[in-house]
Amino acid sequence: MAHGHNEHHIMPLKTYLKVAGALFLLTFLTVGAHVLREHFEPFSAVIAFAIASVKAYLVMAFFMHLKYDVPSNRLIFATGFLFLALLFGICMLDIYTRIFQGNVL
Amino acid sequence: MSTSRLVNGVEVASHYRDANHQYQSNKEGLWLFMVTEILMFGGLFVGYIIFHGIYPEMFAEGARSLDWKMGFINTLVLIFSSFTMALGIYFIQVKQNKKATIALAVTIACGFVFMLIKYLEYTHKFHLGLYPGRMLHMHEGAPEHANLGMYFGFYYCMTGLHGIHVMIGMGLIGWVMIKNMRGDFNEKYFTPVEGVGIFWHIVDLIWIFLFPLLYLVG
Amino acid sequence: MGHVSTGKSYINEEPGLKSWFTSLDHKRIAILYFVAVMTFFLIGGIMALLLRLELFSPNTAGSVMEHIPNFLRKAGDTPADLYNQVMTYHGAMMVFMVIVPGIPAIFGNFFLPLQIGAKDVAFPRLNLLSWYVFMAGAALAVSTFFFSKIDTGWTFYTPYSIRSGTSVVMMVVAAFIMGMSSILTGLNFIVTVHKLRAPGMTMWRMPLFCWAIYSTAIIQVLATPILAITLLLLAMERTFGVGIFDPKLGGDPVLFQHFFWFYSHPAVYIMILPAMGIISELITTYSKKTIFGYTAIAYSSIGIAAVSFFVWGHHLFVSGQSEVAGIVFSFLTMLVGVPTAIKMFNWLATLYKGSIEFRAPLLYALGFLFLFAIGGMTGVILAVTAVDVHFHDTYFVVAHFHYVMVGGTLMAIMGGLFHWFPKIFGKMHSETGAIMSWVFIFIGFNVTFFPQFILGAKGMPRRYFDYIPEYEQLNKISTVGSWLIATGFIIALITVIKGLTSGAKAPKNPWGSKTLEWHAESPPIMHNFEQDPIVTAGPYEYK
Repeated sequence: MAHGHNEHHIMPLKTYLKVAGALFLLTFLTVGAHVLREHFEPFSAVIAFAIASVKAYLVMAFFMHLKYDVPSNRLIFATGFLFLALLFGICMLDIYTRIFQGNVL
Repeated sequence: MSTSRLVNGVEVASHYRDANHQYQSNKEGLWLFMVTEILMFGGLFVGYIIFHGIYPEMFAEGARSLDWKMGFINTLVLIFSSFTMALGIYFIQVKQNKKATIALAVTIACGFVFMLIKYLEYTHKFHLGLYPGRMLHMHEGAPEHANLGMYFGFYYCMTGLHGIHVMIGMGLIGWVMIKNMRGDFNEKYFTPVEGVGIFWHIVDLIWIFLFPLLYLVG
Repeated sequence: MGHVSTGKSYINEEPGLKSWFTSLDHKRIAILYFVAVMTFFLIGGIMALLLRLELFSPNTAGSVMEHIPNFLRKAGDTPADLYNQVMTYHGAMMVFMVIVPGIPAIFGNFFLPLQIGAKDVAFPRLNLLSWYVFMAGAALAVSTFFFSKIDTGWTFYTPYSIRSGTSVVMMVVAAFIMGMSSILTGLNFIVTVHKLRAPGMTMWRMPLFCWAIYSTAIIQVLATPILAITLLLLAMERTFGVGIFDPKLGGDPVLFQHFFWFYSHPAVYIMILPAMGIISELITTYSKKTIFGYTAIAYSSIGIAAVSFFVWGHHLFVSGQSEVAGIVFSFLTMLVGVPTAIKMFNWLATLYKGSIEFRAPLLYALGFLFLFAIGGMTGVILAVTAVDVHFHDTYFVVAHFHYVMVGGTLMAIMGGLFHWFPKIFGKMHSETGAIMSWVFIFIGFNVTFFPQFILGAKGMPRRYFDYIPEYEQLNKISTVGSWLIATGFIIALITVIKGLTSGAKAPKNPWGSKTLEWHAESPPIMHNFEQDPIVTAGPYEYK
């Protein structure tokens, strides 16, 4: 798929329209799930973030052209999220084991 | 070293082999910069989630005072602006530079709408006395949780930093729009538009997560 | 190109001072950094001397700080306040303004493009911009001196940094700005390494200095943004009392330390990795032997960069971090010893049976091996949680990180300076002067910092302005050592100035080195090479 080595990859207009449509639809879905959140507890947060992740994927893959970019750029961008997960993971490890230990914060 | 040469209508700096070499290098630099943006915002997200875990009720109280409809409208506005930004690049690629200018102008207009709604939200909060941290001073009743100021600290930090990025993005889009009107871009050369576009999509990307985090889940 | 040697070089091709401040040439920007960083080093060094002078004896006989002129101090500051301020500036300047930018921005800027056969870095404009950003941040940092100063230590730990009545916000913004400069430099170098290598210069033919700079650049890009957001939150904390890091408001000061060290521990490797890169160059050049274990050294650079992100919690062993996290971090920290030891043994194996030439740069490199081994091993000692409970916040820690930062990084900077001096300035320096500077710095360093290990083991706490009489003897020795170091640097400065003014013209390759920068003129021309180089072999093919 890694196009754009010599030529700029051009996505057809129709794809842009489809992606935008999907993004709008998913936003309505998020809000819909929020309005009916009593029925989804305790999963309402999971649903909200799952939908957000799908939206994020669409933006990254199509609007930011990552799907058609060289693999190294995809790797670079993914590294950012990976290191964020590291910061998050270890901070959580500390804080929750601290609570477990009965230390006050 | 500032010398450059013209290759097929594209200005190529002398330390690059050709236009594509220069393009790929610029592109990689852009992505590296975007990683730093993600990490910087990410730090705030990590802090938010940690304290949300520690004080769920306090965060719920804070989130209740936000109007999710405002956030919802802003999400739609920002997604639409992302779409028009992508169109801006598309139109340059297919040599319709006039249409590209219009698409970019619409993107900037969306930015204004977004900031206007933000302004209304902020002033409403100020009106109620919902300031960050120790400045929090509710006019009606007292907060249920003594450290409610922390929620608003996160709220203003996250939306504020995001808002600054929106404004920077609008400035950058204005810059590439003027360049486009001057005829600086063609289907072979539009790297600045692409870079600004990626920046703008990052702004959108962050909002996609900020919206459920602040307005819905709280 | 048909460029015949005309005596033109990057130094004289464009005349006038203005051309220097607007130059996009990576070599000129390196010189700009060199002048700036060395100036800050001088200021930070004077502060270090002042600190040692204060600790020369217990304060029964009065304090040195009383002699600080009035215009440099706030009304009502006691000598102890002044000591805290001097200590903070020494730390903050040496970290943010000297060793973090030091090797990458000076030698990296100058030699990375030359060593991979490029005409410049990938983004010359951005390169100049990052110098201006750095200078803006540095100016702001120095200007706090004329406002309320700061006294938090360079780590800005909460909650004290929230309550301290000094210009913490200004300093924090300054560090934020310098961080931006660091990110831009790192980004620039990564793209340069990926995209601008000369034909035939594969990744595995890059000199090890380039590998080190590359690994450093990755850390700069990935770690610095977290520092940025941490510092912004601290500024918010001070302005609005948000309470994220303030225990009084339900916040978590340990979280501040997590965020801070997520940057600052990798930043320690931003300081030491490029130094290791220089050492690789020096050892192979002056033993005239192909480096032993090229691949292992290159991988260990990347390995150190990767592991550096997993060990930050060892700064928090006694800060209230959970026991589980402490144990995890203790083990992970010891892992750093592995790639570091790989490097050490490979350097030693390179020296073995080499045709060793005892020139000043090699002496500095050997000094590095000796001092860094002590610094590194004491690091492993400190990684043991039980031992750390005794040693934390004592002079043992001070000695440990000075052995790494000064004994490691600074030795490498000096070695690199005398190694590349002929290439950078096109003149030869006095070998005797360089060796004399090494003698004083190396001996002075050990005299200063070795007693601090003992002081720390005996329990003398760090950051204190005074001490009990039992510690006096060792403190006196330590202070005398600081004078020896200062003498060494004065000799080095004189050697550099004499070399600049009256040194003989340097040949292309005075040391018989094999890397690409020695194929350029001394000093190099504006576009580095008269003919674009084509690389056909590895970097260190000596025999």
